[in-house]
Amino acid sequence: MLDRDEDILKAAEDWRKAGHGVALATVVETWGSAPRPAGSSLVVNDDGTFLGSVSGGCVEGAVVTEALDVIASGTPRMLEFGVADDAAWKVGLSCGGTIRVFVEKVG
Amino acid sequence: MKLATLAEINRERAARRPVIVVTDIANGEQRIVKAADLAGDPLHAELDRHLRMGKSGTVEIGGRKLFLNVYAPTARLVIVGAVHISQALAPLARSLGYDVTVVDPRTAFASPERFPDVPLIAEWPDVALPPLDVDRYTAFVALTHDPKIDDPALLHALGRDCFYIGALGSPKTHERRTERLKAQGASDAGIARIHAPIGLEIGAISPSEIAVAIMAEITAQLRLPKASAA
Repeated sequence: MLDRDEDILKAAEDWRKAGHGVALATVVETWGSAPRPAGSSLVVNDDGTFLGSVSGGCVEGAVVTEALDVIASGTPRMLEFGVADDAAWKVGLSCGGTIRVFVEKVG
Repeated sequence: MKLATLAEINRERAARRPVIVVTDIANGEQRIVKAADLAGDPLHAELDRHLRMGKSGTVEIGGRKLFLNVYAPTARLVIVGAVHISQALAPLARSLGYDVTVVDPRTAFASPERFPDVPLIAEWPDVALPPLDVDRYTAFVALTHDPKIDDPALLHALGRDCFYIGALGSPKTHERRTERLKAQGASDAGIARIHAPIGLEIGAISPSEIAVAIMAEITAQLRLPKASAA
């Protein structure tokens, strides 16, 4: 069974209640052909375990890394991935779209 | 996001009630709007539009960028008839993310051996269906081919605002069914909601292929703009 949104958010709640640091990453804007619509989410705990997705698998690694920083700092941040920016050639969307992902700590 | 907010989202979703989380992107401030509180909300128009489309998105209001995250309930499929097609349809629908329930009063059909891991209700529709609380996030299919079971099931579905209703049977069978349902009080508008013969036209023959045709039609009904849905 694939992880559905509600399973993902339930996992985040359970992780937090078990004392883990947890971050929630959510696609808030998309332009062009983006693989997952706004509202798609990925949750990460302080072990680096993650569930869900914000793209077709292209940028999840980078999002998890950023999410671990957010768990440590507590400050939310906005990430942008797309072929237009230089870094995107390293961690970008091969589909040619652009996405913005909001990463926040679950307090 | 506060843990209390996350817990509340999960609670509302478990109860199949839609919620919208409004996040101020500049500072991460958040609030949760339940469906029941929608009418009195200052962002009522925007929230309502997003909820109806089941679409999350960013809006700019008064110079603030707000992300509206819509959490609509999981789509559900109620299958009346524990028949061969249903054995293919139930796992297919589950792989598409639907919660599936199978109803059939005939215990020889509605057996766990034939439907491993699928919630089964071996009762007549008048007993089985009311507690299921068929809602607008539910697709409803009648597959027994037996008017004693399908007819009351369809009448129940017509009294609810489920987003899809389908019934197995040829055009001729459906004609006779239409007469029976009308005799029991179904309106023309109600009859028009029933997709019959069921499923998209893809030349399906085997039970599995018919299951694909049914899920394709349900997907179209769920996702396409209303005017062009199959």
